[in-house]
Amino acid sequence: MAGFFRPLPALEPLTAPFWRACRAGRLEFLHCPRCSYFVHPPRPICPRCRQGELERRAVSGRGVLYSYTVNHKAWYPGQEVPYVIGLVELAEQEGLRLTTNIVNCPPERLRIGLPVRVVFEVLNDEVALPLFEPAEEGR
Amino acid sequence: MTEPLERRAILSGVGQSAIGRRLFRDDLDLTCEAALRAIADAGLRPDDIDGIAAYPGPVQGGPGFSGPGIYEVQDALGIEVRWHLSGLEGPGQIMPVIAACFAVAAGLARHVLVYRTVTESTAAADTGRRGIGAGSAEIRGFGAFLIPFGAMSAANWLALYARRHMHEYGTKREHLAAIALTDRRHAALNPAAVYREPLTMEDYFAARMVSDPFCLYDCDVPVDGSTAVVVSTADAAGDLPHPPVRVNAVGTALGKRPVWDQWPDITTMAARDAARHMWSRTELRPADVDTAQLYDGFSFLTLVWLEALGFCGKGESGPFVEGGSRIALGGELPLNTWGGQLSGGRLHGFGFLAEACRQLRGECGERQVPDCEVAVVGVGGGPVGGCMLLTR
Repeated sequence: MAGFFRPLPALEPLTAPFWRACRAGRLEFLHCPRCSYFVHPPRPICPRCRQGELERRAVSGRGVLYSYTVNHKAWYPGQEVPYVIGLVELAEQEGLRLTTNIVNCPPERLRIGLPVRVVFEVLNDEVALPLFEPAEEGR
Repeated sequence: MTEPLERRAILSGVGQSAIGRRLFRDDLDLTCEAALRAIADAGLRPDDIDGIAAYPGPVQGGPGFSGPGIYEVQDALGIEVRWHLSGLEGPGQIMPVIAACFAVAAGLARHVLVYRTVTESTAAADTGRRGIGAGSAEIRGFGAFLIPFGAMSAANWLALYARRHMHEYGTKREHLAAIALTDRRHAALNPAAVYREPLTMEDYFAARMVSDPFCLYDCDVPVDGSTAVVVSTADAAGDLPHPPVRVNAVGTALGKRPVWDQWPDITTMAARDAARHMWSRTELRPADVDTAQLYDGFSFLTLVWLEALGFCGKGESGPFVEGGSRIALGGELPLNTWGGQLSGGRLHGFGFLAEACRQLRGECGERQVPDCEVAVVGVGGGPVGGCMLLTR
């Protein structure tokens, strides 16, 4: 899907479950059961209430495009450009965002506030990346 | 208010090496050139230097990014020190300057040499400028949530901020251009600037896009060069061959959450926290500032600094710079009078500091701000930000 080589996110102890969940087709974040706060990027304790029993919780994969940029510069020889980098805010929590790519979307449809939904791009047996495509309003 | 401790420090000397594209000189060579000039400028001899500090030290970074470490420079200069430090994390790239102020205030040293050296132009001569993580098979740390998505440059990360600012406040590309064009007009008056030929709005809009809304002229220019300053204890002020530059206040605060894409309000940055903190340490006010030297690694960052420092209201930086007359020499707030990094070259924060010192000392010739008594330096972007208020 991408016209460029994607370096792999390292599977570190805190972050590996995020990428493996994506590989299984689920968008999951750490979640604090005490103060109901999604914690991303992964941290060992909840930065709001400082308790450490965080749980993994799946989200809907729905959100809105919070900002975007079309990247035109090849960052290494041969990289295919342009491509769209989006900042998506997930529906479950204000400020819970992912830097991602917006796919299956003609450039003229791009706008801040565009409803989007997750799709996964598989990189290998353990890792998939959460990308986003336009979603119908209210569905 | 108890007098802030940083007022026990002065900037006694400033010096720069040759600055240019593809100088093909060693970073240690450039650093020694700048250091010896700064030391002589302060009326000192190398043996008077008893502290050394640098940003960032020998860290991993892009080619030509880090410059020589302090051990190498100390050894090359043949000096002994009572205090030393380098590091990457802190209030902006001027972090070691701020730290040196407190080192001299605490009596750990009397004269600290602080430098920042880049050879990013020579380093990219054969390869072109590559993205962060380009060629890596695997990305660790915070970049793991950015680089696999092709967000391989701060240009991408900050383009997201800039577009949100445009969306919320109606900021336009013409406003970004006002920074680039003003910088270029000022660079024409600075013989050491890298790009000095006129730049028009037509040129700006004809330039290729990097990561929209940033085009080529919104992004700073990799260069080779070293800037050094000497931070001295204020009781040495009478010994200088020129008027001292006094440190009035520093801003070092950092709010929640310093993660590129989780910053609660991406229309502002760490600059806001640092600026608030700095103003809390002084009776001076934005209206007292005669010149602002504000980081422009990307044009948008200068807009954010203008808002953060209170020169205009939140979201109002676009109209503030519109047309460029207010921020040009002769305007109410002459900005980046050396050309900034966009036209003067990417000296990574220290070019602003050098210019602030020279303006306060009245040494800027054609580009001198008349009766310049107060200068502010704001450095950094995204989760990185630090600022200093300097006086004559």
